[in-house]
Amino acid sequence: MKYQVVIGLEVHTQLTTNTKIFCGCSTRFGAEPNSQTCPVCLGFPGALPVLNKQVVENAILAGLATNCSITQRNVFARKNYFYPDLPKGYQISQFDLPICQHGHLDIEVEGEKKRIGITRIHMEEDAGKLVHADIPGVDDSCVDLNRACTPLLEIVSEPDMRSPDEAIAYLKKLHQIVMYLGICDGNLEEGSFRCDANVSLMPVGSTVFGTRAELKNINSFKFIKQAIEYEIERQAEILDDGGKVIQETRLFDPNTGTTRSMRGKEEAHDYRYFPDPDLVPVLIPDQWIEDVRATLPELPEAKRARYVAELGLPEYDAEVLVSSRELAQYYEETVALFPQAKTVSNWVMGEVSRALNEDNNRSITDCPVTPALLADLLKLMEKGTISGKIAKTVFDEMYKSGKAPEKIVEEKGLVQVSDTGAIEAMVDEVLKNNPGQVEQYRGGKETVFGFFVGQVMRASKGKANPAVVNELLLKKLQA
Amino acid sequence: MEIFDLTIHELHEKLAAKEVSSVEATRAMLERIEAVDGQVNAYITVTPEQALVEAEAADRRIAAGDVAPLTGIPVGLKDIFITKGVRTTCGSRILENFVPPYDGTAVAKLKEQGAVIVGKLNQDEFAMGSSNESSYFGPVKNPWNLECTPGGSSGGSAAAIAARTATATLGTDTGGSIRQPASHCSCVGLKPTYGRVSRYGVIAYASSLDQVGPLTRDVTDAALLLGAVAGHDPKDSTSVNTPVPDYVAGLAAGVKGLKIGLPKQYFIEGLDPDVKRAMDEAIALYKSLGAELREVSLPHTEYAVATYYLIATAEASSNLARYDGVRFGHRAEDARGLKEMFAKTRAEGFGPEVKRRIMLGTYALSSGYYDAYYVKAQKVRTLIMQDFLNAFNEVDVLLTPIAPTPPFKIGEKLADPLQMYLSDIFTIPVNLAGTCGISIPAGFSAAGLPIGLQLIGKPFGEASILSTAYAFERETQWHLKKAPL
Repeated sequence: MKYQVVIGLEVHTQLTTNTKIFCGCSTRFGAEPNSQTCPVCLGFPGALPVLNKQVVENAILAGLATNCSITQRNVFARKNYFYPDLPKGYQISQFDLPICQHGHLDIEVEGEKKRIGITRIHMEEDAGKLVHADIPGVDDSCVDLNRACTPLLEIVSEPDMRSPDEAIAYLKKLHQIVMYLGICDGNLEEGSFRCDANVSLMPVGSTVFGTRAELKNINSFKFIKQAIEYEIERQAEILDDGGKVIQETRLFDPNTGTTRSMRGKEEAHDYRYFPDPDLVPVLIPDQWIEDVRATLPELPEAKRARYVAELGLPEYDAEVLVSSRELAQYYEETVALFPQAKTVSNWVMGEVSRALNEDNNRSITDCPVTPALLADLLKLMEKGTISGKIAKTVFDEMYKSGKAPEKIVEEKGLVQVSDTGAIEAMVDEVLKNNPGQVEQYRGGKETVFGFFVGQVMRASKGKANPAVVNELLLKKLQA
Repeated sequence: MEIFDLTIHELHEKLAAKEVSSVEATRAMLERIEAVDGQVNAYITVTPEQALVEAEAADRRIAAGDVAPLTGIPVGLKDIFITKGVRTTCGSRILENFVPPYDGTAVAKLKEQGAVIVGKLNQDEFAMGSSNESSYFGPVKNPWNLECTPGGSSGGSAAAIAARTATATLGTDTGGSIRQPASHCSCVGLKPTYGRVSRYGVIAYASSLDQVGPLTRDVTDAALLLGAVAGHDPKDSTSVNTPVPDYVAGLAAGVKGLKIGLPKQYFIEGLDPDVKRAMDEAIALYKSLGAELREVSLPHTEYAVATYYLIATAEASSNLARYDGVRFGHRAEDARGLKEMFAKTRAEGFGPEVKRRIMLGTYALSSGYYDAYYVKAQKVRTLIMQDFLNAFNEVDVLLTPIAPTPPFKIGEKLADPLQMYLSDIFTIPVNLAGTCGISIPAGFSAAGLPIGLQLIGKPFGEASILSTAYAFERETQWHLKKAPL
């Protein structure tokens, strides 16, 4: 490829506050249109905004988690433009003094680590949405202002990404962090986490960025990747033909996997930003930052490092377990009760994840097998009461019924047989019934050993203690 | 003395003594409106039914012995105050039929005290104007001379006091909009310190300058009404959380030893001789009462009008963007498409002065001009604030004229907006500085037109300008003169 792609991302995360950023209306998704509105978020004459303190705290959290410096004197600005879903005719946002600046996130793509700069994070209010009525003969549009004035953080990266994979890695990392912080529900489909991508091409080796296109409001990781890939192709073709990429805003169409022009630069707005005189500057003293810092949870990166260093987990396991805060919490709660880090990891990544996936991608937070139950199961296995194989059967039963493992083992008679006498009888029986294989083994074909183990286990319906089986088989065969 | 002639405190005494009922007072006021408002045009909307219901409620409250200073008092509100269920136009066609779903804070406070709201008062459209000629509902006539303007933008609020069609009124003051019409109509008008009274429920013109204040027959009433509406409001983050003093209790403090400053930039050549004479008399009176008068300097005064018209219009251009025909108010018929609907609605809904200011403000904020105009104006504003703080290091209050001339004729300055803008030259700096000022009756011109004087106080120094004003009022009769109506 003769072009290098340059990608910068702007991510809008909707905060999970109960009330809106400048009024007391609910932020719940999916309510009856305009049922969650008041004079303030409707932009009625005379109404004034009052800042929701929790939004500031969430923004500080996001800034601390992304290595930003926190701006201690914050000013809200008005971004002026006309649109029917923008009640006041301006959006209250932050302009030259965003709450967080100069941060970064480290990503890893195919084993290579890279640092992506975060230019700024600012607080702003969302607009409403237009609903185009699907009524024959009616070509009116309706406005739903439930979403108007819900709090957003806009997180703007440096144009540091050089491939769609890097962009996705950055986005996923950011997504993971806001979810860890508990400040965003991370729901891409409902628009709680949405992304604009600025994409441009420059000749390989160049340091001067090309003209960029802005891809607007894409709501899945897959589509973002597709949109960027399409843009690379589109812009490369233009450049190959000796043309010039024009600076414009483009929309991604998931049906065709292509982007199309929404508005060009010549229609670009002059937003006439100026400080909002209705809101006094927000002063954030050191103490406030420290108080918020104290509530900062352990973030995935630190958690992963700790799993490797303290628990001795392989990198891979650690990575999988920290992928969500809830999964990591489940893991940690189990380990606290059954301190064999790797065994627990195997089970959480194996049986637990499989069962949840098969169960309609059920969330780990409502897994019927709680950390306590899982720990009990693993203890039974450790004590030798059941074998690893039986444990899997018991797990499935626990998942279905939510019953305690001891109870299932007892009810189904799944207790492992370690009684040497009983096993010896089965071993003798197996050896007697398979003289040919015994001959082979004694003739030097040691691989037949597995066959005998299998036969004994089958005879015991899986309940025989494999260690005892092995020991007795070896003894008899070598006798 | 008719009931409608009484001050708040006079009527309050009669109500408390049950010499008169609120229903009687309210009826008298409604009849007076009926009789004379046709000549004055101070009211955009009169609300007789609702007023009588409120009066009856006030009477029940009085009967129960619960009488706050404003219980049962008929008051009028500039039509910039949002009133639940009562049409609120802001003097504009674009809100001609707008009935708000909520009450603003100042209105709610008046209702809590049991005040009776008799109607909504005429004003310049969106409070933009100094003569009340920009109202969509027609100009207000000055009760002292029906050919003259009452001043603006709270022209209806001042004229209703002078015409005795409200016991007291509330107005708003962005660049002199309470004080200048108070002066032109010979009533008392107070612009409090920015942040003293909540702006919640007051239609914004220029958010960083607007402030709610009383227009009344005398200084005692101003103190009473200010006390009723002042205070911190959690719904307005620019409202300040400092205690509200008992303004009435402080009135009799006197001026002995008080240092009164005379800003030399306010006593310039070209000041109307009648105004000059009234100022000289006031100064002499204060001297005789034991005040110490001295010249002070507010060196950046000459930039105040230019600064004001950049900041106020910039904020207005943004504040008025919500009037787009989408959710409330006027919407143009037959527009094809969204952009045309926005454009036609605003073209039809706004009058020429509002359009002029929106365009000025849009220009001042536009990219490439922002630094040269808006940012520069903010810097000058800081210098003007500093002027006042410096002056208040030397003196307790400032005494100045309110307007360069007595009331002018309707239509006289319409053709020359700049001339009109200059008529606010003595009031605008107070808004830019965010401090407080009061206008009190101080005489009449040879032609019999009212002249007011202005006392400017330190930030949150309302008590001090009220007591200084009260000392003057006690020695003079100007506030007792009635307009010939």
